[in-house]
Amino acid sequence: MNKFQSFRSTVVPLEADNIDTDQIIPARFLKATGRTGFGENLFRDLRYDSSGKKKAGFILNNDSFHGKILMTGKNFGCGSSREHAAWAIQDYGFDAIIAESFADIFRNNALNIGLLTITLPENILKQLFAKCKKSPSTQIGVNLRDQFVELFDGESTSYPFVINPYKKLCLLEGLDDIDYLLSIRDQIALFEQKKASSIENLSRI
Amino acid sequence: MKKAKTLFDKIWDEHKVTGIPGGPDVLYIDKHLIHEVTSPQAFAGLEKRGISVFRKEQTLATADHNVPTINQHLPIREEMSRLQVSRLVENCRKHEIELFGLGHPNQGIVHVIAPELGITLPGMTMVCGDSHTSTHGGLGALAFGIGSTEVEQVFASQCLLQERPPAMKICVTGEMGPWLSSKDLILYIISQASTDAATGHFVEYMGSAISALSIEERMTVCNMSIEMGARGGIIAPDDKTLEYIRNRPFAPKGKALEAALERWKELHSDEGAFFARELHFDITGLAPMVTYGTNPGMGIAVDSNIPVLNNPSDRKALEYMGWQGGEPVAGKKLDYVFIGSCTNSRIEDLRIVAAVVKGKKVSQDVIAFIVPGSQRVRQQAKSEGLEDIFLESGFEFRESGCSACLGMNEDKIPPLSYCMATSNRNFEGRQGPGARTILASPATAAASAINGYITDIRMLAS
Ligand code: SF4
Repeated sequence: MNKFQSFRSTVVPLEADNIDTDQIIPARFLKATGRTGFGENLFRDLRYDSSGKKKAGFILNNDSFHGKILMTGKNFGCGSSREHAAWAIQDYGFDAIIAESFADIFRNNALNIGLLTITLPENILKQLFAKCKKSPSTQIGVNLRDQFVELFDGESTSYPFVINPYKKLCLLEGLDDIDYLLSIRDQIALFEQKKASSIENLSRI
Repeated sequence: MKKAKTLFDKIWDEHKVTGIPGGPDVLYIDKHLIHEVTSPQAFAGLEKRGISVFRKEQTLATADHNVPTINQHLPIREEMSRLQVSRLVENCRKHEIELFGLGHPNQGIVHVIAPELGITLPGMTMVCGDSHTSTHGGLGALAFGIGSTEVEQVFASQCLLQERPPAMKICVTGEMGPWLSSKDLILYIISQASTDAATGHFVEYMGSAISALSIEERMTVCNMSIEMGARGGIIAPDDKTLEYIRNRPFAPKGKALEAALERWKELHSDEGAFFARELHFDITGLAPMVTYGTNPGMGIAVDSNIPVLNNPSDRKALEYMGWQGGEPVAGKKLDYVFIGSCTNSRIEDLRIVAAVVKGKKVSQDVIAFIVPGSQRVRQQAKSEGLEDIFLESGFEFRESGCSACLGMNEDKIPPLSYCMATSNRNFEGRQGPGARTILASPATAAASAINGYITDIRMLAS
């Protein structure tokens, strides 16, 4: 995983609640066995009609909006646990998602691949949506080390956000959970021995 | 005095290998279930690191999401699907993982086969790269869905780095009338609580209405916990659970079982244990539930009107469904009826469907198909004579898999068509691009297949 750097970018405002992972990447695109290339089909059925034509009303098809930050509403990423949803968003070119709330599995998946999820309160998001929609060139800065986002619209206003300290460290240092788990395999084996008499191990597959 | 603990905490604590200060716990995983869609990237990750699966004998694979439900003995026609399924076969061979793949008598939807084989047991930790892993909580297992990177963690170490979620309690009392089932109960709860009521929490269901449910019905409840945003759902094991487990092929037997039974008696929340959130529902007088919108929280009683909604995203949902607020939901025409998925495709579900449709014919306007959750369920349905009833009524009776639950394999619902489904998600496009899904119980789906429109089972049955 790459180390997460602070950045500044314009925003793609997707103002909707309950965007589920089926909308982010429909199941029919999950047949690939790799991790890349999913960006092409990000929000597929919101972006294209059945004949493959771009839908005019959808924000990703609006040339005024682009950037590395996706901004959205409540309960983003609910539904299926498919990590493909996070891969698709990252593959498309987003480095961070700002939302009112995230579904748990999605948030874990995103953070595990270095895609930052930022939760902000409803009233602040409302302001940010209004600003960014009105002037698409509005820039937002993301500072993970000091945990704030910064709105640049002539002056600058910053809004703090909360993140789990361990996840923050992983992102900033580009640490890999699996390396850590591999390093404690002996401890895990010891734990297994202690637990060997308990019943779970009786049902071997 | 010992601190009062929730059932969830008891199991979690017992499986905590260590904790990272200020960070997640290292949680030991007793059983890891895998399938063809979310595992290939994790296997590739292992390969890149040059390591093998740490505890292969605690890992079980099946092919379910991306398989056809007709002619499973023939090669899969669609190339990408064929490749994905054969990749699973290769990976399992290479890593010596037990695979109940296509053609195996134990094959089926991952959340149907593990309980029916006795692999899921009370008090164990269990994960799978699939959000409906919560299903196994019906047996008192601590089970939840994970992403592919986490699948790789479990492959590598049989452990998962995980924040401990707070526990939440949903207490349900009251009695349900005839023809109602736990699907109505959980659709009702989600409609009342909303789709993010349990976000970040692990739910324990309790109360007299939960105790009254069969084990299979409990699995349906826990299955849909994720549709409230919960990490998982769990129900304390009781005598019914123990009876369910006895004599299952992979379950402990003899002395081992006796020892286990003793231990399982501890698996309940202590008096006074702390829950971060609590909800209470009384389901007396509950009517059969159906959904009218595009998330599982948009559910109403089948004998009521579609609500008049003003919020833009609710209005968009109604538009997608092609319906107006204020209209009765009963009587709405259907094109398809799908009975299947890890929510409702077990033998009890099929028995209910058979009881409703016996001697009746499926409406000419509807294509109705039943997809048993596993090959074992299919065989059982055959031997009980249910298959004959289904075929005589005009249902298709398929081979097992996820089928039209997710619009991935060959079984998709065409754009704009209405499909009543016993599955768990009515999201836009879930069953195929443009498909319109109405979630319901097996009894409601069976009755509606007969009439060709959304039907109150209580009217058909009387
Ligand atoms: S039946 Fe549906 S919900 Fe269940 S595992 Fe398969 S795709 Fe997921």
